[in-house]
Amino acid sequence: MHFGTGSVIGGRVSLLIDSSLLAKLTANRDVAIVSATNGKTTTTKLLSTALSAERPVVSNWLGANMTPGIVAALAASPANETAVLEVDERWVDSVLRDTNANTVVLLNLSRDQLDRTQEVRKLAERWRQALTATPPRTVIANADDPLVTWAALAAPKVVWIATGQEWTADAAGCPACSGRIDFTDSDWSCSSCDLRRPAIDVSVSNETITIDGREFRSPLALPGRVNRVNAAFALAASSEMGVSLTAAFDALDDITEVAGRYRVADINGTKIRLLLAKNPAGWHEALELLEGPTTPLVIAINARIADGHDPSWLWDVDYERVGSRLVIAIGERRHDLAVRFRYGNINHAVAENLDAALELVRASAEFDPTVPVDVASNYTAFQDHLQRVGGVL
Amino acid sequence: MTSSSTSTHRDSAVTIVSLYPELLGTYGDGGNALVLSRRLEWRGIAVEHLTVDAGAPVPDSADLYLVGGGEDGPQVQATRELERSQGLHRAVDKGAVVLAICAGMQILGHRFPDASGASRDGLGLLDCETVRVDRPRAVGELLTTSAQFTTARGVVDLGPLTGFENHAGRTVPGPTSHVLASVEVGEGNGNGSEGVVTGNVIGTYLHGPALARNPRLADALLGLIVGPEALTSLDDHDVDVLRAERIHAAREHELAPRRSWRDVLRRS
Repeated sequence: MHFGTGSVIGGRVSLLIDSSLLAKLTANRDVAIVSATNGKTTTTKLLSTALSAERPVVSNWLGANMTPGIVAALAASPANETAVLEVDERWVDSVLRDTNANTVVLLNLSRDQLDRTQEVRKLAERWRQALTATPPRTVIANADDPLVTWAALAAPKVVWIATGQEWTADAAGCPACSGRIDFTDSDWSCSSCDLRRPAIDVSVSNETITIDGREFRSPLALPGRVNRVNAAFALAASSEMGVSLTAAFDALDDITEVAGRYRVADINGTKIRLLLAKNPAGWHEALELLEGPTTPLVIAINARIADGHDPSWLWDVDYERVGSRLVIAIGERRHDLAVRFRYGNINHAVAENLDAALELVRASAEFDPTVPVDVASNYTAFQDHLQRVGGVL
Repeated sequence: MTSSSTSTHRDSAVTIVSLYPELLGTYGDGGNALVLSRRLEWRGIAVEHLTVDAGAPVPDSADLYLVGGGEDGPQVQATRELERSQGLHRAVDKGAVVLAICAGMQILGHRFPDASGASRDGLGLLDCETVRVDRPRAVGELLTTSAQFTTARGVVDLGPLTGFENHAGRTVPGPTSHVLASVEVGEGNGNGSEGVVTGNVIGTYLHGPALARNPRLADALLGLIVGPEALTSLDDHDVDVLRAERIHAAREHELAPRRSWRDVLRRS
């Protein structure tokens, strides 16, 4: 984390001196951009790893995903090395313009920190304009997210991924005409204009990823459907960038955590597993990954600048899915969580911090020391916990 | 004014309708329905919660309607559909209670600005008008003085209202409406007041959701339907702690809303 902060400041100082630095740093590179509200760090890591099978790659996958952080990451690498850039959703237009990226990976757009980014539909509009102004060779896009689909349709070539995205609450209004979008099990279309789900190129099932007509067993050690989807994006992008699918699949085998996500660690003899969930779409996926039906769970929510100051979205998360297990609320906004749990009739307690929460967990009748206790946190709370278990990525 | 003595022994469930949550519900406002439902269930009062999606007819026989906050495009679409349906208008004529949050309040007024800033006709169910002003978007904690909820039965004291606001427009209450409170921290309607009440239709800029952070407002709305006698006291410990913390945070400007120098001058 200290590394990240220092590098961003270095990047900012350099940009003050030369605002065309990013363009210069990427003039001789094959560049891929990865953006989304959910999954961009993981997918950037997966794509970098897949490409690394056949060539050296530089990336900013530690999460410094605006121009200063990207400049800092690139400055230290050979000028013709392939770059895989995680880009904040609000910075896609300027980074695309500066880098002329060949490949753009667009995963999803969901409500996230609405007090900061205002409206997801406006983001989709900005993505669309960016792809029109600086067309990349290929866009890899989520065919099950109408906002992403509409943005990506501006690009000359799109590889469409069927993600089976279940979270559609942020895309009910058509981005093209504001009409109503009708969702069925595996299809969607606008009720008043031509926007509809495009023909699929890559699909993801429980065990496999189908790409270019070939079926691959999912190679991942990372848990959950959401990570198979992230892998599908990474494989499709690496294939478009010229890396053989077989080599890319093999490379993904060894990844067990991404920037601390899914890390299993030990605190005072209690095994915990770190999960990150920043917004309703992320929680939808995280709640699917929980250990055991009754294992106590710790949830941490902060509301600092990087998290967004308004945690009202907690009420859009279906926390009732935790079932009968005990849930301990921590983080700076633990009382917001407690009220949410109270109205969800969820068995809950409030603790000052992670250590105090784990004391409550150990005292619970349902505690099983052989099963890791899931600690699910939003962004800055996650960083705090990562530091608590020894930090460094 | 109806007698409440019989309404505590209703033979039918209290019906709550969430209107167009996929258009107007970007902000956790769905929580308001959960809060109302639980506060009835915990008191042994039957409740039925319906969700009406855009395109479906709006029933006019429910007791309480919830209209959430939303973005500019869906706000216009929701107005169009509610105008076409007229179900909400008929329900209001029959005395139904309506809680409208932020964009929901704006479209229930006489006029509101669309995404381009152009003024559009609202539904006219709240006596107020929303205008776009040359001031920064109001984003941050919103805290009011002790709120007074004026009903046909009398004035109910709600205590300070607390929530989070995020809106560009400012709302001017009309002559036949009441406001809920004066603003202590934040922006609210934009003229120092917060909230608009016309009959049983209540509008507010409070997200949070509003009823999760303001249980007395929730009970005041339910009181209009089941009578205040039916509202036995509940264990609100969790929410009391949250309220104390948020009220303190607002006063300390822990999450100070962004304000321009013009706002500072206007306030002084």
